[in-house]
Amino acid sequence: MNRYFKTIRLFWSTAFASQLEYQLNFLIELLAMLGTLLGSVFILSLFYTEGRQLGDWSWESALVIQGVYTFLDGLTNALLRPNLTEIVNYVREGTLDYVLLKPIDSQFWLSVKKFSFAGLPEIILGLSIVFWAAIQSGSSFSIYSLSLFIISLLIGFVILYSVWFLIAASSIWFVKTWNATEVLRALLAAGRYPISAYPVTLRFIFTLVLPVAFLTTFPAEAILGELKITILFFGLMLCGLFFFLSRFFWKFALKHYTSASS
Amino acid sequence: MIVVDQLTKYYRVANKQPGFKGTLKHFFDRKTYDVPAVTDISFKISPGEVVGFLGANGAGKTTLLKMMCGLIHPSTGLVDVGGFSPQRRQTAFLKEITLVMGQKQQLIWDLPPMDSLYVNAAVYGLSDHEAKVRINELADMLELGEELTRPVRKLSLGQRMKSEILAALLHKPSVLFLDEPTLGLDVNAQARVRSFLSEYNKRTGATILLTSHYMADITALCPRVICIHKGNLFYDGDLDSLANSLSPSREVKVELKNPCSIDQFKKYGEIQDLNDRFVCLLVSRGKLTEVVSNLLTDFDILDLEISDPPIDQLIGELFMKGEVN
Repeated sequence: MNRYFKTIRLFWSTAFASQLEYQLNFLIELLAMLGTLLGSVFILSLFYTEGRQLGDWSWESALVIQGVYTFLDGLTNALLRPNLTEIVNYVREGTLDYVLLKPIDSQFWLSVKKFSFAGLPEIILGLSIVFWAAIQSGSSFSIYSLSLFIISLLIGFVILYSVWFLIAASSIWFVKTWNATEVLRALLAAGRYPISAYPVTLRFIFTLVLPVAFLTTFPAEAILGELKITILFFGLMLCGLFFFLSRFFWKFALKHYTSASS
Repeated sequence: MIVVDQLTKYYRVANKQPGFKGTLKHFFDRKTYDVPAVTDISFKISPGEVVGFLGANGAGKTTLLKMMCGLIHPSTGLVDVGGFSPQRRQTAFLKEITLVMGQKQQLIWDLPPMDSLYVNAAVYGLSDHEAKVRINELADMLELGEELTRPVRKLSLGQRMKSEILAALLHKPSVLFLDEPTLGLDVNAQARVRSFLSEYNKRTGATILLTSHYMADITALCPRVICIHKGNLFYDGDLDSLANSLSPSREVKVELKNPCSIDQFKKYGEIQDLNDRFVCLLVSRGKLTEVVSNLLTDFDILDLEISDPPIDQLIGELFMKGEVN
């Protein structure tokens, strides 16, 4: 286990060093990230019209969902996108061979090799919005509601990761699957708004078929103290299922890996 | 150490006809069929051996190598490397082997090799101290110095390849799989990589399996060669007897004092070339001494040279013919 922690530390410090290697590019990335942040704050300010309701959510509570969305989006930009979109290149260029011959879990390597520090401010902003909006909507934090919030955030993240990894793993056969990952980002974007703001059929689909509700709505409910504990258990089972599916599928995919020609 | 028994690998491939119609057909109704990449190959390799794999492009060398290091699952047959079944890729197995591919790199492009080396050390569970000792030792052998702290993208191909080799050997593997490790290097860099590999083999007793297109790599490093043609093994033995079995004759080049006609040489052997005062004959090994002494008595000779026909030329001819004598 220690070996894995040390490996992550070295992965991320080298990722940081690689990003700093091109100073201008790093500055531009930071600027672009600032632009995105300003954009989302602007959208939030548009939401701030007094006395309106979205689904059965007050604006302050809906803002919590925006915060969770921003947080997950930041995590996506920092961790999921840099790593999981890279799997395709590993397969195409045949450098996956090197990863597979390392005495370390290949799914681990492919999932955490890189870390984009430009995603960090979004993560911090997202969390700040969550707590600020939760206070505004009059919720009182307790260790209980905070731990529910952290667990449900984890559930959301693991589900997003697993689905994304599943799609990326299929590049073993199809080689190019970039389009599919764009669909996933759209899915996450659908989680910007409370699930109850959608029509009933979409609500059903977003909860049971595509677990969008688990990404943003349920964590927000947790911090607001409104999450039903049964949903949390259901979420835990669902994310466990997705995670094991991703691992199983990866092992299965590797059996079909033929390596790129020399 | 390594046992390969009746190993066969089929690849499923799809053919695409040219043109738009072919593209549509390829997209909607892909016809696939199995192509054998390696057919029924068996051999054994003892610890410490250096074995060269020879074959034309697409002969199946890389497929074979990748089955032995566990990257590709065999269709049928058995591979055993040091008591492990490679395709299971157990940790204990992976710590014993390494793969170097001349055309693919594992070092992080934008950072100095040193950073990648420490990542590798962590992955293999080496302590910082162990890693440092190991890096210094290998860097000495490879004649690498400050190159290790310069970004990989600024290194020459030769320096990069040496750094790649260092990264691949950090964990003291006992079996080395090298897929064209000298590809694209200039003659000097090739020679340095070669002498390093040979020294590494002597020092550590590691088993080395090597594919290369450069015959010089094979002749310098590999006492034993395995030739593969169209997925089939057709020669497994030492390099010298390969040369003998490929060419039962030797080349005799003669420089004469006076020009002679072609007819005068016909009885000595097969005439390869006759140009004014220079004659090149192919003489069978059995008759060599007799022919040479006859030549020396019958003609006024300034210079005489006996050699094997170049091995790469022989092997090239062999691959063209596709069979061994």
